[in-house]
Amino acid sequence: MARTSLRKTYGKALSRTKENLIEAFHALVEDKLAMSGLIILIAFVLMGLIGPFFIPPPTPSPNIYAPPSLQHPFGTDFQGEDIFAKIVYGTISMLIIAFVTGIFITIIAVLLGSIAGYFGGYVDNVIMGLADILLAIPQLPLFLILAVLVKFLNIISLALLISALSWPTAARAFRSQFLSLKERDFVEASRLLGFNSLEIIVYDLIPNILPYILINVVLNAVYAIYIVTSLAYLGIIPFESNNWGIMLYQAWAFGTIYNKRTFMYIMAPIGAIVFLQLGLLLFSRALEVIFNPRVRTGE
Amino acid sequence: MSAKIRSILKSYAFLRLIRAIVIIIVVISISFFIVRLMPGNPVDLYIVYLETTYSMPYQQAKAMATAIFGVNLNEPLYKQYIEYMINVFRGNLGRSMFMNGMPVIKIIAQYLPWTVFTVGTGLLISFIFGILIGMAIAYRRGGILDSIITILSSVLNSVPNYIIAMLLIIIFGDYLGVVPFSMLRGAYSSNVIPGWNIPFIMSVIQHAIFPIFTYVITTIGGWILLMRGSTISVLGEDYITVARARGLPESKIMTTYVVRNAILPIFTNFTIAVAFIFSGSVLVEDIFVYPGIGLRLLQAINQRDYPVMQGIFLIITIAVITANYLADVLYGLLDPRIRVK
Repeated sequence: MARTSLRKTYGKALSRTKENLIEAFHALVEDKLAMSGLIILIAFVLMGLIGPFFIPPPTPSPNIYAPPSLQHPFGTDFQGEDIFAKIVYGTISMLIIAFVTGIFITIIAVLLGSIAGYFGGYVDNVIMGLADILLAIPQLPLFLILAVLVKFLNIISLALLISALSWPTAARAFRSQFLSLKERDFVEASRLLGFNSLEIIVYDLIPNILPYILINVVLNAVYAIYIVTSLAYLGIIPFESNNWGIMLYQAWAFGTIYNKRTFMYIMAPIGAIVFLQLGLLLFSRALEVIFNPRVRTGE
Repeated sequence: MSAKIRSILKSYAFLRLIRAIVIIIVVISISFFIVRLMPGNPVDLYIVYLETTYSMPYQQAKAMATAIFGVNLNEPLYKQYIEYMINVFRGNLGRSMFMNGMPVIKIIAQYLPWTVFTVGTGLLISFIFGILIGMAIAYRRGGILDSIITILSSVLNSVPNYIIAMLLIIIFGDYLGVVPFSMLRGAYSSNVIPGWNIPFIMSVIQHAIFPIFTYVITTIGGWILLMRGSTISVLGEDYITVARARGLPESKIMTTYVVRNAILPIFTNFTIAVAFIFSGSVLVEDIFVYPGIGLRLLQAINQRDYPVMQGIFLIITIAVITANYLADVLYGLLDPRIRVK
């Protein structure tokens, strides 16, 4: 039995936005919070992508613990490296790990959530049982212990490990969406037409929650930043010197808070982490404004 | 009598208890397999360490590892597994590789109460206040207070707990200089005698107040937002309209209809909140130098003290599962529909 191509199906799922793109854009401009989220995120992306072309890479110099000046906007650190440059050079890897982990978590969650929600019964019990076990285990201690036993070689292996253990919350949410969706008439119609379960999941169910999936990627990215900076702060991620979490650890460990001159040393990574988290959360709101007309009308 | 036993066996609380026990057994098994079966597992590493550092013969090193980890390496694997399981339920979690082989359970008994005290108090305060504030702003939705608190909650929800802890120290300890944080390290001051006396209790509260405050601030936003959404959807239900039409006073509607129904969906988030707050204790206790289980775990990790790491990990997980079981039972008491099923 012929079916429209995947591209067409998913194009259609998003085309609702294309039709009222202008309306969505107006709503976005109206919603100041959502708009500021978009702007913050764009600013970070630009800083990560273009920044390294204008700002020289941080290099050690004898000028250590310098106070903020024109040459060093946030001062220098314990090795005399420019703190602003370190923040800029750490941006892109932070964005990459945030989004790669966010995407991995969401893929696993959609996969397992759809299988559990659609098939129900025995499969559902096994997947949700696994989710319950993972949810009961505090994540940070688990990562700390695993980090002692397994060597994290690069960002991707870390992202994979985080997503392999952090999918349950999202999977639960997707499962309940699938549970209610599969009772709808159009699913019944597809089933009567003789489509198999995989086709129904891919063609009928997932396109219906596509906006929700995108929002989930962003929320999982926020979680990934929390875990990665925490692990970096605790000294578990040794492969990146410009990581904001590692900067935070150095600033904290070398007692900069007791010196007014180096106030910006610790505030710079704190500000970067908080602003990126906040920007992403507000950006998820922007996605909601774009995709969900009910948010727009304020219902 | 047999009907009564059958009804207990089928009851909600009993089924939940079985589930909690199954999860605990699975977690203990995972922990056993990590320690015994993974390539480069701690037991093998420890034997190699003894052989190379103290040039100990293999048999002696093996006997030493057996004593430290509480598993008999000469037995077949399945026997080791059963023995390990029995040992854990007896409270025998092996011995520390340092501190003259102090039993892990003694170390845990020394540090766990402080974490349970701070984390539990923080969770309770943030849950109660989050529910109250969330409901209050749901009643005034669309107003200026609603939008301010909603935005503030989202912001607090997005700031990591270790950053809140650092900012508290930077602002109160350094910038304003009103709180001497270096004096607040430890669980209580050295000049008081532990026991039920007022100076000791005051000292304990003084030392715990900032960790608790951190837990409250970082989790209250989530409860507020959840309760706000839940209350708004309950207020739109038909039975509320009917209750109003019957002329019931608004305060009665709130206490008997709104609160009970709005709280229910929130309980399901308890699992995530408890695990999250215990996770966070590792960072928060490190920053405040508060001698809880999280700080001890970090110390064990830095020393590569595997039995202590494993024991603390198990205890934290069991604490989370227990807290969730209690929340589940409470949920069952509040919602008759769950019990009957």
